[in-house]
Amino acid sequence: MDGIRAFFEMDGYGVYVWPAFAVTAIVLIGLALASLRTLRDNEETLESLQGQRRRRAPVAGGQADGTDGDGR
Amino acid sequence: MTRKRRRLYFVLFAMIGLGAATALVLSAIEDSLVFFYTPTDLAEKDIPKDRRLRIGGLVAENSVKRGADGVSVKFIVTDLTNTLPVTYKGILPDLFREGQGVVAEGKIDAGGVFRADAVLAKHDENYMPAEVADALKKSGQWKGAPAP
Amino acid sequence: MHRFANPNRFLRLTARILPWCALATAAAFIAGLYLALGVSPPDYQQGESVRIMYVHVPAAWMALSVYSFMAAASAVALIWKHPLADFAAKAAAPIGAGFTLIALVTGALWGQPSWGTWWVWDARLTSVLVLFFLYLGYIALVNAFDDPIRGAKAGAVLALVGFVNIPIIKFSVDWWNTLHQPASITRIGAPAIHSSMLTPLVLMALAFAGYFVCVLILRVRNEIAGRKIRALRLVQAQG
Repeated sequence: MDGIRAFFEMDGYGVYVWPAFAVTAIVLIGLALASLRTLRDNEETLESLQGQRRRRAPVAGGQADGTDGDGR
Repeated sequence: MTRKRRRLYFVLFAMIGLGAATALVLSAIEDSLVFFYTPTDLAEKDIPKDRRLRIGGLVAENSVKRGADGVSVKFIVTDLTNTLPVTYKGILPDLFREGQGVVAEGKIDAGGVFRADAVLAKHDENYMPAEVADALKKSGQWKGAPAP
Repeated sequence: MHRFANPNRFLRLTARILPWCALATAAAFIAGLYLALGVSPPDYQQGESVRIMYVHVPAAWMALSVYSFMAAASAVALIWKHPLADFAAKAAAPIGAGFTLIALVTGALWGQPSWGTWWVWDARLTSVLVLFFLYLGYIALVNAFDDPIRGAKAGAVLALVGFVNIPIIKFSVDWWNTLHQPASITRIGAPAIHSSMLTPLVLMALAFAGYFVCVLILRVRNEIAGRKIRALRLVQAQG
Protein backbone atom coordinates (compact mmCIF):
# COMPACT_ATOMS: atom_id res chain seq x y z
CA MET A 1 0.00 0.00 0.00
CA ASP A 2 2.77 2.41 0.98
CA GLY A 3 4.55 1.66 -2.28
CA ILE A 4 1.47 2.64 -4.27
CA ARG A 5 1.03 5.82 -2.25
CA ALA A 6 4.66 6.76 -2.71
CA PHE A 7 4.25 6.15 -6.46
CA PHE A 8 1.34 8.59 -6.66
CA GLU A 9 2.82 11.18 -4.29
CA MET A 10 6.25 11.26 -5.98
CA ASP A 11 7.93 13.04 -3.06
CA GLY A 12 5.29 15.77 -3.23
CA TYR A 13 5.78 16.38 -6.97
CA GLY A 14 2.77 14.19 -7.82
CA VAL A 15 0.51 17.25 -7.83
CA TYR A 16 2.52 18.55 -10.82
CA VAL A 17 3.50 15.31 -12.57
CA TRP A 18 0.06 13.65 -12.72
CA PRO A 19 -1.82 16.71 -14.06
CA ALA A 20 0.89 17.05 -16.75
CA PHE A 21 0.31 13.46 -17.91
CA ALA A 22 -3.47 13.89 -17.58
CA VAL A 23 -3.51 17.02 -19.77
CA THR A 24 -1.41 15.21 -22.39
CA ALA A 25 -3.77 12.23 -22.37
CA ILE A 26 -6.92 14.37 -22.58
CA VAL A 27 -5.63 16.47 -25.51
CA LEU A 28 -4.25 13.51 -27.49
CA ILE A 29 -7.20 11.15 -26.93
CA GLY A 30 -9.75 13.93 -27.46
CA LEU A 31 -8.17 15.00 -30.76
CA ALA A 32 -7.93 11.41 -32.01
CA LEU A 33 -11.56 10.65 -31.14
CA ALA A 34 -12.81 13.91 -32.68
CA SER A 35 -10.87 13.20 -35.90
CA LEU A 36 -12.23 9.66 -36.05
CA ARG A 37 -15.81 10.82 -35.52
CA THR A 38 -15.83 13.52 -38.20
CA LEU A 39 -14.24 11.02 -40.61
CA ARG A 40 -16.99 8.44 -39.91
CA ASP A 41 -19.70 11.08 -40.34
CA ASN A 42 -18.23 12.39 -43.59
CA GLU A 43 -17.75 8.90 -45.02
CA GLU A 44 -21.40 8.08 -44.24
CA THR A 45 -22.60 11.29 -45.91
CA LEU A 46 -20.42 10.56 -48.93
CA GLU A 47 -21.76 7.03 -49.25
CA SER A 48 -25.40 8.15 -49.11
CA LEU A 49 -24.72 10.89 -51.68
CA GLN A 50 -23.01 8.44 -54.01
CA GLY A 51 -25.87 5.96 -53.49
CA GLN A 52 -28.42 8.59 -54.55
CA ARG A 53 -26.40 9.34 -57.64
CA ARG A 54 -26.08 5.71 -58.63
CA ARG A 55 -29.83 5.16 -58.24
CA ARG A 56 -30.55 8.14 -60.47
CA ALA A 57 -27.94 7.25 -63.10
CA PRO A 58 -27.47 3.47 -62.99
CA VAL A 59 -25.13 3.28 -65.99
CA ALA A 60 -22.66 5.94 -64.82
CA GLY A 61 -19.23 5.08 -66.18
CA GLY A 62 -15.76 5.73 -64.74
CA GLN A 63 -16.54 4.45 -61.25
CA ALA A 64 -14.73 1.14 -61.39
CA ASP A 65 -13.09 1.67 -57.98
CA GLY A 66 -16.25 2.93 -56.33
CA THR A 67 -14.91 6.46 -55.83
CA ASP A 68 -14.99 9.62 -57.82
CA GLY A 69 -11.86 11.00 -59.36
CA ASP A 70 -11.69 14.41 -57.74
CA GLY A 71 -8.35 15.68 -58.97
CA ARG A 72 -8.15 19.36 -59.74
CA MET B 1 10.38 29.93 -67.51
CA THR B 2 7.37 27.81 -66.62
CA ARG B 3 4.73 29.06 -64.19
CA LYS B 4 5.74 26.43 -61.64
CA ARG B 5 9.34 27.55 -61.73
CA ARG B 6 8.26 31.20 -61.44
CA ARG B 7 6.16 30.40 -58.37
CA LEU B 8 9.08 28.44 -56.87
CA TYR B 9 11.44 31.41 -57.23
CA PHE B 10 8.82 33.78 -55.91
CA VAL B 11 8.29 31.72 -52.75
CA LEU B 12 12.07 31.27 -52.27
CA PHE B 13 12.81 35.00 -52.62
CA ALA B 14 9.89 35.95 -50.40
CA MET B 15 11.12 33.59 -47.66
CA ILE B 16 14.70 34.90 -47.91
CA GLY B 17 13.45 38.50 -47.75
CA LEU B 18 11.22 37.74 -44.80
CA GLY B 19 14.06 35.97 -42.98
CA ALA B 20 16.44 38.86 -43.56
CA ALA B 21 13.86 41.41 -42.38
CA THR B 22 13.21 39.37 -39.22
CA ALA B 23 16.91 39.04 -38.50
CA LEU B 24 17.35 42.81 -38.84
CA VAL B 25 14.42 43.57 -36.53
CA LEU B 26 15.59 41.05 -33.93
CA SER B 27 19.14 42.38 -33.88
CA ALA B 28 17.79 45.94 -33.58
CA ILE B 29 15.65 45.17 -30.52
CA GLU B 30 18.05 42.62 -29.06
CA ASP B 31 18.42 44.34 -25.71
CA SER B 32 14.71 44.25 -24.93
CA LEU B 33 14.59 40.53 -25.65
CA VAL B 34 17.07 39.80 -22.89
CA PHE B 35 15.27 38.29 -19.93
CA PHE B 36 17.96 39.15 -17.39
CA TYR B 37 21.32 40.93 -17.14
CA THR B 38 24.48 39.28 -15.88
CA PRO B 39 26.69 41.08 -13.32
CA THR B 40 29.14 41.75 -16.19
CA ASP B 41 26.34 43.38 -18.24
CA LEU B 42 25.62 45.67 -15.28
CA ALA B 43 29.29 46.59 -14.94
CA GLU B 44 30.00 47.17 -18.65
CA LYS B 45 26.75 48.16 -20.35
CA ASP B 46 24.92 51.40 -19.82
CA ILE B 47 21.88 50.01 -18.01
CA PRO B 48 19.72 52.46 -16.04
CA LYS B 49 20.02 51.38 -12.41
CA ASP B 50 17.00 53.24 -11.03
CA ARG B 51 14.34 50.99 -12.56
CA ARG B 52 13.29 47.43 -11.83
CA LEU B 53 15.34 44.83 -13.61
CA ARG B 54 16.22 41.16 -13.58
CA ILE B 55 19.69 39.84 -12.93
CA GLY B 56 20.93 36.31 -13.40
CA GLY B 57 23.96 34.13 -12.82
CA LEU B 58 25.18 31.37 -10.55
CA VAL B 59 24.78 31.44 -6.76
CA ALA B 60 28.37 31.59 -5.50
CA GLU B 61 29.49 28.66 -3.31
CA ASN B 62 29.36 29.32 0.46
CA SER B 63 27.72 32.71 -0.08
CA VAL B 64 24.16 31.93 1.11
CA LYS B 65 23.50 33.44 4.57
CA ARG B 66 20.06 32.96 6.04
CA GLY B 67 18.73 35.56 8.48
CA ALA B 68 17.56 34.82 12.03
CA ASP B 69 13.90 35.39 11.05
CA GLY B 70 14.04 32.37 8.72
CA VAL B 71 12.73 34.17 5.62
CA SER B 72 15.41 36.70 4.73
CA VAL B 73 18.45 35.49 2.85
CA LYS B 74 21.63 37.02 1.42
CA PHE B 75 23.72 35.53 -1.36
CA ILE B 76 26.17 36.51 -4.08
CA VAL B 77 25.37 36.09 -7.78
CA THR B 78 28.38 35.52 -10.01
CA ASP B 79 28.93 35.05 -13.74
CA LEU B 80 32.51 33.92 -12.97
CA THR B 81 33.80 37.39 -13.98
CA ASN B 82 31.85 39.86 -11.86
CA THR B 83 29.70 39.42 -8.76
CA LEU B 84 26.64 41.11 -7.27
CA PRO B 85 25.36 40.80 -3.68
CA VAL B 86 21.63 40.07 -3.40
CA THR B 87 19.18 40.28 -0.49
CA TYR B 88 15.76 38.63 -0.56
CA LYS B 89 12.88 38.02 1.81
CA GLY B 90 10.55 35.16 0.97
CA ILE B 91 10.26 31.55 -0.09
CA LEU B 92 13.00 30.23 -2.37
CA PRO B 93 12.23 27.71 -5.16
CA ASP B 94 13.18 24.05 -4.68
CA LEU B 95 16.08 24.22 -7.10
CA PHE B 96 17.72 27.25 -5.43
CA ARG B 97 21.13 26.07 -4.31
CA GLU B 98 24.75 27.12 -4.34
CA GLY B 99 26.49 26.58 -7.67
CA GLN B 100 23.17 26.57 -9.59
CA GLY B 101 21.70 29.26 -11.83
CA VAL B 102 19.31 31.87 -10.47
CA VAL B 103 17.31 34.84 -11.80
CA ALA B 104 16.26 37.59 -9.39
CA GLU B 105 13.86 40.50 -10.00
CA GLY B 106 14.17 43.78 -8.09
CA LYS B 107 16.20 46.97 -7.85
CA ILE B 108 19.76 47.97 -7.04
CA ASP B 109 19.94 50.14 -3.90
CA ALA B 110 22.33 53.03 -3.24
CA GLY B 111 24.87 50.69 -1.68
CA GLY B 112 25.10 48.55 -4.83
CA VAL B 113 23.15 45.68 -3.27
CA PHE B 114 20.42 44.07 -5.39
CA ARG B 115 17.16 44.00 -3.41
CA ALA B 116 15.17 41.14 -4.93
CA ASP B 117 11.42 40.75 -4.52
CA ALA B 118 11.28 37.54 -6.57
CA VAL B 119 13.83 34.77 -7.01
CA LEU B 120 13.55 32.12 -9.74
CA ALA B 121 15.78 29.09 -10.08
CA LYS B 122 17.34 28.47 -13.49
CA HIS B 123 18.24 24.86 -14.05
CA ASP B 124 20.82 23.48 -16.44
CA GLU B 125 20.29 21.04 -19.29
CA ASN B 126 21.91 18.08 -17.53
CA TYR B 127 19.65 15.24 -16.42
CA MET B 128 20.97 12.19 -14.58
CA PRO B 129 20.26 9.99 -11.55
CA ALA B 130 21.90 11.04 -8.25
CA GLU B 131 24.25 8.02 -8.23
CA VAL B 132 25.63 8.95 -11.64
CA ALA B 133 26.16 12.57 -10.53
CA ASP B 134 28.06 11.35 -7.44
CA ALA B 135 30.17 8.97 -9.50
CA LEU B 136 31.05 11.73 -11.98
CA LYS B 137 32.06 14.07 -9.16
CA LYS B 138 34.24 11.38 -7.56
CA SER B 139 36.03 10.49 -10.78
CA GLY B 140 36.65 14.16 -11.58
CA GLN B 141 34.64 14.11 -14.82
CA TRP B 142 32.02 16.55 -13.51
CA LYS B 143 30.92 18.99 -16.21
CA GLY B 144 27.78 20.33 -14.55
CA ALA B 145 27.61 23.51 -12.51
CA PRO B 146 31.16 24.84 -12.34
CA ALA B 147 32.67 25.69 -8.98
CA PRO B 148 33.29 29.45 -8.78
CA MET C 1 5.36 13.18 -58.50
CA HIS C 2 1.73 13.61 -59.46
CA ARG C 3 1.37 9.84 -59.30
CA PHE C 4 1.73 9.96 -55.49
CA ALA C 5 -0.45 13.01 -55.11
CA ASN C 6 -3.50 11.19 -56.41
CA PRO C 7 -6.14 11.21 -53.64
CA ASN C 8 -7.48 7.74 -54.52
CA ARG C 9 -4.01 6.25 -54.46
CA PHE C 10 -3.50 7.93 -51.07
CA LEU C 11 -6.72 6.39 -49.73
CA ARG C 12 -5.70 2.89 -50.81
CA LEU C 13 -2.15 3.25 -49.47
CA THR C 14 -3.11 4.69 -46.07
CA ALA C 15 -5.85 2.09 -45.53
CA ARG C 16 -3.04 -0.46 -45.43
CA ILE C 17 -0.60 1.67 -43.35
CA LEU C 18 -3.03 2.92 -40.70
CA PRO C 19 -3.48 -0.29 -38.61
CA TRP C 20 0.29 -0.83 -38.40
CA CYS C 21 0.87 2.82 -37.52
CA ALA C 22 -1.71 2.65 -34.72
CA LEU C 23 -0.19 -0.58 -33.40
CA ALA C 24 3.37 0.82 -33.37
CA THR C 25 2.18 4.04 -31.70
CA ALA C 26 0.34 2.13 -28.97
CA ALA C 27 3.38 -0.08 -28.34
CA ALA C 28 5.70 2.96 -28.08
CA PHE C 29 3.28 4.69 -25.69
CA ILE C 30 2.99 1.62 -23.42
CA ALA C 31 6.76 1.05 -23.29
CA GLY C 32 7.52 4.78 -22.96
CA LEU C 33 4.98 5.39 -20.17
CA TYR C 34 6.14 2.31 -18.28
CA LEU C 35 9.78 3.46 -18.36
CA ALA C 36 8.93 7.16 -17.78
CA LEU C 37 6.66 6.67 -14.77
CA GLY C 38 7.88 3.36 -13.37
CA VAL C 39 11.49 2.60 -14.14
CA SER C 40 13.42 5.81 -14.82
CA PRO C 41 15.24 7.32 -11.81
CA PRO C 42 14.54 10.70 -10.20
CA ASP C 43 16.91 13.48 -11.30
CA TYR C 44 19.87 14.42 -9.07
CA GLN C 45 18.63 18.03 -8.87
CA GLN C 46 14.92 18.02 -9.69
CA GLY C 47 13.89 14.74 -8.09
CA GLU C 48 10.61 13.25 -9.28
CA SER C 49 9.41 16.40 -11.08
CA VAL C 50 11.78 15.53 -13.95
CA ARG C 51 9.15 13.01 -15.15
CA ILE C 52 7.22 15.91 -16.69
CA MET C 53 10.08 16.06 -19.22
CA TYR C 54 8.81 12.82 -20.83
CA VAL C 55 5.67 14.55 -22.10
CA HIS C 56 6.86 18.17 -22.24
CA VAL C 57 9.92 17.68 -24.47
CA PRO C 58 8.29 15.35 -27.07
CA ALA C 59 5.28 17.69 -27.26
CA ALA C 60 7.56 20.70 -27.82
CA TRP C 61 9.57 18.85 -30.48
CA MET C 62 6.38 17.87 -32.26
CA ALA C 63 4.96 21.40 -32.00
CA LEU C 64 7.97 22.62 -34.03
CA SER C 65 8.11 19.61 -36.39
CA VAL C 66 4.41 19.74 -37.24
CA TYR C 67 4.66 23.46 -38.06
CA SER C 68 7.68 22.78 -40.28
CA PHE C 69 5.70 20.01 -42.00
CA MET C 70 2.79 22.41 -42.45
CA ALA C 71 5.04 25.09 -43.95
CA ALA C 72 6.66 22.57 -46.32
CA ALA C 73 3.25 21.26 -47.42
CA SER C 74 2.07 24.85 -47.93
CA ALA C 75 5.09 25.60 -50.14
CA VAL C 76 4.37 22.50 -52.25
CA ALA C 77 0.70 23.52 -52.47
CA LEU C 78 1.53 27.06 -53.57
CA ILE C 79 4.22 26.13 -56.09
CA TRP C 80 3.04 22.82 -57.56
CA LYS C 81 -0.70 23.08 -56.74
CA HIS C 82 -1.02 19.55 -55.41
CA PRO C 83 -4.44 19.14 -53.77
CA LEU C 84 -3.01 16.61 -51.29
CA ALA C 85 -0.47 19.16 -50.03
CA ASP C 86 -3.31 21.56 -49.15
CA PHE C 87 -5.14 18.74 -47.38
CA ALA C 88 -1.99 17.75 -45.46
CA ALA C 89 -1.33 21.30 -44.22
CA LYS C 90 -4.94 21.83 -43.18
CA ALA C 91 -5.10 18.41 -41.50
CA ALA C 92 -1.84 18.94 -39.57
CA ALA C 93 -2.77 22.30 -38.00
CA PRO C 94 -5.11 21.11 -35.20
CA ILE C 95 -2.65 18.33 -34.25
CA GLY C 96 0.18 20.87 -34.05
CA ALA C 97 -1.99 23.20 -31.96
CA GLY C 98 -2.70 20.28 -29.60
CA PHE C 99 1.02 19.52 -29.20
CA THR C 100 1.77 23.21 -28.55
CA LEU C 101 -0.98 23.39 -25.92
CA ILE C 102 0.48 20.30 -24.20
CA ALA C 103 3.96 21.84 -24.26
CA LEU C 104 2.68 25.10 -22.73
CA VAL C 105 0.57 23.49 -19.98
CA THR C 106 3.12 20.84 -18.98
CA GLY C 107 5.82 23.52 -19.09
CA ALA C 108 3.87 25.62 -16.57
CA LEU C 109 3.37 22.54 -14.37
CA TRP C 110 7.12 21.88 -14.55
CA GLY C 111 8.14 25.52 -14.09
CA GLN C 112 6.25 26.01 -10.85
CA PRO C 113 8.18 23.40 -8.80
CA SER C 114 11.57 23.82 -10.50
CA TRP C 115 11.85 27.55 -11.35
CA GLY C 116 9.37 28.85 -8.80
CA THR C 117 6.96 30.32 -11.37
CA TRP C 118 4.26 29.06 -13.76
CA TRP C 119 5.13 31.51 -16.50
CA VAL C 120 7.71 34.14 -17.45
CA TRP C 121 7.86 36.33 -20.55
CA ASP C 122 11.29 35.15 -21.65
CA ALA C 123 12.15 34.68 -25.33
CA ARG C 124 11.53 30.91 -25.41
CA LEU C 125 8.16 30.88 -23.67
CA THR C 126 6.89 33.93 -25.53
CA SER C 127 7.88 32.58 -28.96
CA VAL C 128 6.14 29.26 -28.22
CA LEU C 129 2.99 31.16 -27.23
CA VAL C 130 3.23 32.99 -30.57
CA LEU C 131 3.45 29.56 -32.26
CA PHE C 132 0.22 28.51 -30.55
CA PHE C 133 -1.55 31.66 -31.82
CA LEU C 134 -0.14 31.04 -35.32
CA TYR C 135 -1.74 27.59 -35.33
CA LEU C 136 -5.07 29.03 -34.14
CA GLY C 137 -4.87 31.87 -36.67
CA TYR C 138 -4.15 29.43 -39.49
CA ILE C 139 -7.14 27.24 -38.55
CA ALA C 140 -9.43 30.29 -38.34
CA LEU C 141 -8.18 31.72 -41.65
CA VAL C 142 -8.51 28.47 -43.63
CA ASN C 143 -12.10 28.02 -42.42
CA ALA C 144 -13.07 31.66 -42.99
CA PHE C 145 -13.45 31.23 -46.78
CA ASP C 146 -16.52 29.76 -48.49
CA ASP C 147 -14.29 28.49 -51.28
CA PRO C 148 -11.92 25.88 -49.74
CA ILE C 149 -9.32 26.41 -52.47
CA ARG C 150 -9.02 30.12 -51.70
CA GLY C 151 -8.99 29.35 -47.96
CA ALA C 152 -6.13 26.88 -48.45
CA LYS C 153 -4.17 29.45 -50.46
CA ALA C 154 -4.51 32.17 -47.80
CA GLY C 155 -3.59 29.62 -45.10
CA ALA C 156 -0.51 28.51 -47.06
CA VAL C 157 0.77 32.11 -47.20
CA LEU C 158 0.22 32.54 -43.44
CA ALA C 159 1.93 29.20 -42.70
CA LEU C 160 5.00 30.26 -44.73
CA VAL C 161 5.18 33.74 -43.17
CA GLY C 162 4.86 32.23 -39.67
CA PHE C 163 7.73 29.85 -40.39
CA VAL C 164 10.23 32.58 -39.39
CA ASN C 165 9.13 31.90 -35.82
CA ILE C 166 10.50 28.32 -35.89
CA PRO C 167 14.24 29.16 -35.90
CA ILE C 168 13.51 31.90 -33.35
CA ILE C 169 12.00 29.31 -30.97
CA LYS C 170 14.78 26.82 -31.62
CA PHE C 171 17.67 29.21 -31.03
CA SER C 172 16.05 31.61 -28.53
CA VAL C 173 17.80 29.83 -25.65
CA ASP C 174 21.19 30.34 -27.33
CA TRP C 175 20.74 33.88 -28.68
CA TRP C 176 19.34 35.57 -25.59
CA ASN C 177 19.43 35.14 -21.81
CA THR C 178 16.33 33.11 -21.01
CA LEU C 179 15.01 31.39 -17.91
CA HIS C 180 14.49 28.29 -20.04
CA GLN C 181 17.55 26.05 -20.20
CA PRO C 182 19.22 25.23 -23.54
CA ALA C 183 18.62 21.94 -25.36
CA SER C 184 19.94 18.76 -23.74
CA ILE C 185 20.26 16.78 -26.93
CA THR C 186 22.42 18.77 -29.32
CA ARG C 187 25.09 16.26 -30.32
CA ILE C 188 24.73 12.65 -31.34
CA GLY C 189 26.65 10.46 -28.92
CA ALA C 190 27.00 12.84 -26.00
CA PRO C 191 23.64 14.27 -24.91
CA ALA C 192 23.56 15.94 -21.51
CA ILE C 193 21.04 13.40 -20.36
CA HIS C 194 21.71 9.98 -18.84
CA SER C 195 20.74 6.88 -20.84
CA SER C 196 18.27 5.73 -18.15
CA MET C 197 16.30 8.93 -18.88
CA LEU C 198 17.12 9.18 -22.59
CA THR C 199 15.50 5.81 -23.45
CA PRO C 200 12.02 6.70 -22.13
CA LEU C 201 12.34 10.18 -23.70
CA VAL C 202 13.14 8.71 -27.12
CA LEU C 203 10.30 6.14 -26.81
CA MET C 204 7.82 8.88 -25.91
CA ALA C 205 9.08 11.00 -28.83
CA LEU C 206 8.53 8.04 -31.20
CA ALA C 207 5.05 7.54 -29.75
CA PHE C 208 4.20 11.23 -30.30
CA ALA C 209 5.53 11.07 -33.87
CA GLY C 210 3.54 7.90 -34.56
CA TYR C 211 0.43 9.53 -33.11
CA PHE C 212 0.93 12.45 -35.50
CA VAL C 213 1.18 10.16 -38.53
CA CYS C 214 -1.95 8.17 -37.54
CA VAL C 215 -4.14 11.20 -36.81
CA LEU C 216 -2.78 13.03 -39.87
CA ILE C 217 -3.89 10.09 -42.07
CA LEU C 218 -7.36 10.19 -40.49
CA ARG C 219 -7.66 13.92 -41.01
CA VAL C 220 -6.39 13.90 -44.62
CA ARG C 221 -8.88 11.12 -45.43
CA ASN C 222 -11.52 13.35 -43.89
CA GLU C 223 -10.44 16.30 -46.06
CA ILE C 224 -10.65 14.11 -49.19
CA ALA C 225 -14.13 12.90 -48.20
CA GLY C 226 -15.22 16.48 -47.50
CA ARG C 227 -14.03 17.66 -50.92
CA LYS C 228 -15.89 14.81 -52.65
CA ILE C 229 -19.08 15.63 -50.73
CA ARG C 230 -18.76 19.24 -51.86
CA ALA C 231 -18.30 18.21 -55.49
CA LEU C 232 -21.31 15.87 -55.38
CA ARG C 233 -23.52 18.51 -53.74
CA LEU C 234 -22.53 21.00 -56.44
CA VAL C 235 -23.46 18.48 -59.15
CA GLN C 236 -26.81 17.84 -57.42
CA ALA C 237 -27.53 21.56 -57.09
CA GLN C 238 -26.85 22.08 -60.78
CA GLY C 239 -29.22 19.42 -61.92
